Parts: sequence; C-alpha cells; structure tokens
Amino acid sequence: MQENITLLQYFKRYFKRCITGPWSLMCGLSVSLKYFFDPRRIVTEQYPENRKTLRMHPRYRGRLEMIEDADGNNHCTACGMCERACPNASINVLSTKNIAGKKVLGRYVYHFASCTQCGLCVEACPFGAIRMNQDFEVATTDPNTLEMILNKKEGQG
Amino acid sequence: MIQPRFSNLPPGFRIQRETNTEEFFINMGPQHPSTHGALRLALRMDGETIVELVPHFGYIHRGMEKQAESMSYLQYIALSDRQDYLTAIQNNLGVVIALEKGMNVGVPEKGEYIRVMLQELGRIASHLVFYGCFGGDLGGQTCLLFGFKEREMIHDILEEVTGSRLTTNFFRPGGSRYDVPDTFIPRVKAFLDHLEDAMRDYERFLSKNIIVLERSIGIGVLSKEDAIAYGCSGPVLRASGVEFDVRRANPYSIYDQFDFDIPVFHNGDCYDRYKIRIAEIHESMKILRQCIDKFPKDGPWRSKEKPVRLPVGRYYSEIETAKGLYATYVVAATTGEKPYRIHTRGPSFPHIAALNKMVQGHKVSDLVTIMATLDPVIPEIDR
Repeated sequence: MQENITLLQYFKRYFKRCITGPWSLMCGLSVSLKYFFDPRRIVTEQYPENRKTLRMHPRYRGRLEMIEDADGNNHCTACGMCERACPNASINVLSTKNIAGKKVLGRYVYHFASCTQCGLCVEACPFGAIRMNQDFEVATTDPNTLEMILNKKEGQG
Repeated sequence: MIQPRFSNLPPGFRIQRETNTEEFFINMGPQHPSTHGALRLALRMDGETIVELVPHFGYIHRGMEKQAESMSYLQYIALSDRQDYLTAIQNNLGVVIALEKGMNVGVPEKGEYIRVMLQELGRIASHLVFYGCFGGDLGGQTCLLFGFKEREMIHDILEEVTGSRLTTNFFRPGGSRYDVPDTFIPRVKAFLDHLEDAMRDYERFLSKNIIVLERSIGIGVLSKEDAIAYGCSGPVLRASGVEFDVRRANPYSIYDQFDFDIPVFHNGDCYDRYKIRIAEIHESMKILRQCIDKFPKDGPWRSKEKPVRLPVGRYYSEIETAKGLYATYVVAATTGEKPYRIHTRGPSFPHIAALNKMVQGHKVSDLVTIMATLDPVIPEIDR
C-alpha cells in the first residue's frame, strides 16, 4: 500500500517499531515458555501406552456388530431395511427359509472396507438388532478380514 | 534496466547491464501445503510480483450433487459432512432446514437449543483451525498446535454427543438424532472457561506480533464493492465493511432470541480478516453462555419421528457457517424419498474467485497469507 508520509514520520515509525517489534516477539515467546514449563498444560496422550485405559464414548461409531445373546440368538428378521439405508452398499442381508417355510436371516454380510460409519443402518433397524461398537483400532494387513459375517448362527428364528 | 549494484563485480562475473524483464508462469499446487487442499493456482509473474492468478478446481471432484439424485434425503445428510469437513455439523443443519420446510415439521425448544449450541461449537472449532493455519502458513508452527489443542476439546464434546469427531451426521428433520448426554452442559461450561484463558494467550501470541503485522496489514485488500460483486460472504465480507450475517439478516433456528454482536471491520486486508475471526470466537462464546443459562432441563428434543418424504416442490435454506453463506436448494419432482436435484451454494468458491483481485501486485509469499485468511476448504468447492 502506498502511503504519503514525510521522511520524519517515516523515521519516527521506524524507530518505534525497532522497540515494539522485539517486545511483541518477547510477549509471544513468553506464552510459548509458559506452555513449555507448566505441566498442567500438557494435553498430549501417550497413545500406545494408555491402550488399556483408553475407552471411546458409548455413542462412538466403530465397527458394525450384531447384538447377540450367549447362545448366538439375535433379533434380526432379514427385513433388509439396513441394506436399503446404507449409502454405499456395505451391507448384504442374505435371507433363507427355515423348516416351517418362514423367511429368516441366512448370512449378514458386512463389507467393512466400504463402510463410512455413518450409522444410518442402526437408525433404520426397526428391531434394534445391530449396533456400532467402540472398536477404533481397525487397521489390518489382511484385506480378507474386512469382509465379515456378523451373525454366528444361520437360519434361526 | 541498469543495475549499478553489480558494477563492482569482477569482469568474469559481470551481469549484463541491460536486462529485459519477461513474464513467466509458475504453478502453485495442487499439492502445495498452503493451498488447503488440492487446488492449483497458475500464476503469471513479473519477477517476484504476481500479475495474474487463475485458480484451477476439480482435483477432488466427487460429483456429490449428481450422487444425491440417486440417494435418499437421509443419506444426503451423511454426504453433506464430506463437503466442508471443518464445519460438518453446520452443513448438516443447512440440509435439514431445507428438508424441514418440505416436510413441514417443527422442532421442539430443546432441539433448537441443541442445534444452536453445536453450531457455535462448530464455528469455534473452524475458526481455531483458521488461527492455527494462519500462523502456520506465516511460519509459526506453534500456532498450529495451539489452535488444534482447543479444537480437540470441541471434537471430544462432539464425539460424545454425536458419535463421531468430524463426520457428525447428527441433525434430522424435526430435531436431532440423539438427545444430549447429561455431561454435555458441564463439559461445554468447563470448555468455555478454559477457552477464555486460552484465547487471551493466543491473542497475546499472534495479534501484536510484528511479523504478523508487517505481513498482513495492507496485504490483499478486498474493497467493499468487490466483495459484494464477487459474492463473498461470512468473515471475508464482514472484514470488508459489509454488515451481513444470515443469523441476523434472515434468522434461522432460534438465533433471533440471543444477544450477540456482528463484528465488522473496514479495511478488508489480511489483518482484518484475522481479527474478525478472533472477534467471532468471542461472540460465539457469548451465545454459548446464554444457551447454557437458558437450556431447557427436560422436554422433547425431537418432534414425532416421520419418514423423510418430501412433497413435490422446491425448498431453499440458507445458514451462516463459519466460512460464510451455505445454501441448499432441493427440488422434489415426485413425492418420495429421493430428490430430483439438490444444489449447494458453498461459501469458499466466491472467495477463491476473488483471489485474483486481491493478489495483483503482491508477492508469492503474500499470496500464502491471503490464501490462509480466506480460509477456503477445497473439498467444499469441488464437491
């Protein structure tokens, strides 16, 4: 920006800034030093060491899982609402028929690789059969483990 | 041009006395750290001075508006997180308000308070990223950590409430997905007390710093007329002296019930764009404190849940995100779950369009400062 000032004004400003400039830098450094020496201001978490105690919040959206009791029974009726709600086709609900001829859940196939953890499937489920767990360490070296079948028992209900 | 400075060089090293300057082109980006994403800037240079700048978009174009045509409305709310990832919770609200106009549902009082509080937390988080990036782009990496330290606390709160740090996917027509947990209000209160102290430190750290002053005052001036002509909004527009804020001009949610100021600065240079964001953090804190005082203890947080089906029509909503005006236009051609077309008007695109006006005559290092103060998010431009 072009300014019209006299030479005297220019030098006045120049010398003023020679004083205020270093002073402002010292002010900034004092803040840095305050944060450097005060142990209360440390916010870093020692991540791999605190793995035992690190817990996610109950609402955290991790991997999808099926709510099952000890015998492996679930509430899923293979209605396919979750499959419809999923924006990126991460869920395939494969239904089958039981001996009585009723439609039941065969395999609940979940493609974790394409899942964005939006949670729309959990919201869409009318029976409360699925939930998102608090698992956050989901990296893997084997891509085959990303395709999973969520129900343990086939053709129940 | 005669260069007398080099006349005392030995004869073998003598530089030609007569030199012609020639314009040349350089590319900045698409992977330059200060372009805030995959953005390529083609610069026409005269020496170190920028003559003209042409931005090239589209490196991360995902076709969100086209995708939306084959998605249900609920799925599009999840997709709107991925536009401007720094203000994801505000994008959610922008989409949801348009859907609510179509479905003709209201929001209970507690639901509105939850909305306003999360909006303001998101605004503070976005401005703190700006604080960090502004300092970082000027060369002070300490700022980057300072800004992200408090932002981390906001994301902790958001994670507890919504289940995710960035891609919140929280608001639904008629309210929100969950009620807030009991710990929400005490946590926000504790955070505000902490931020009050922290902001004092941060302003002391950067606002009077001579390097920041020298590099930002008078740099990248955007005049009032240009700012309006290019369609700028948000802090960039208000730093140029236009008092326009959707929260005041066209109040959505319950913003008309709160007492807050709209900071306006008049120079339109980089320093004003920095100062206005700091001032807005303080205003957001003011709104949050009023919310805490008036927060309804009980009562419904969501109106009766209905399937999201819109009747035939066109629905428009506009909200003020941290970056500026975010508008959603929904066209429903058939009554049903899927839109015919959804268009989004994002705030960052006009800012980058006005960049050419701001950088002319400045140096490349000033361009970095100007880019930082515009605070663009490229995924939101490309969509």
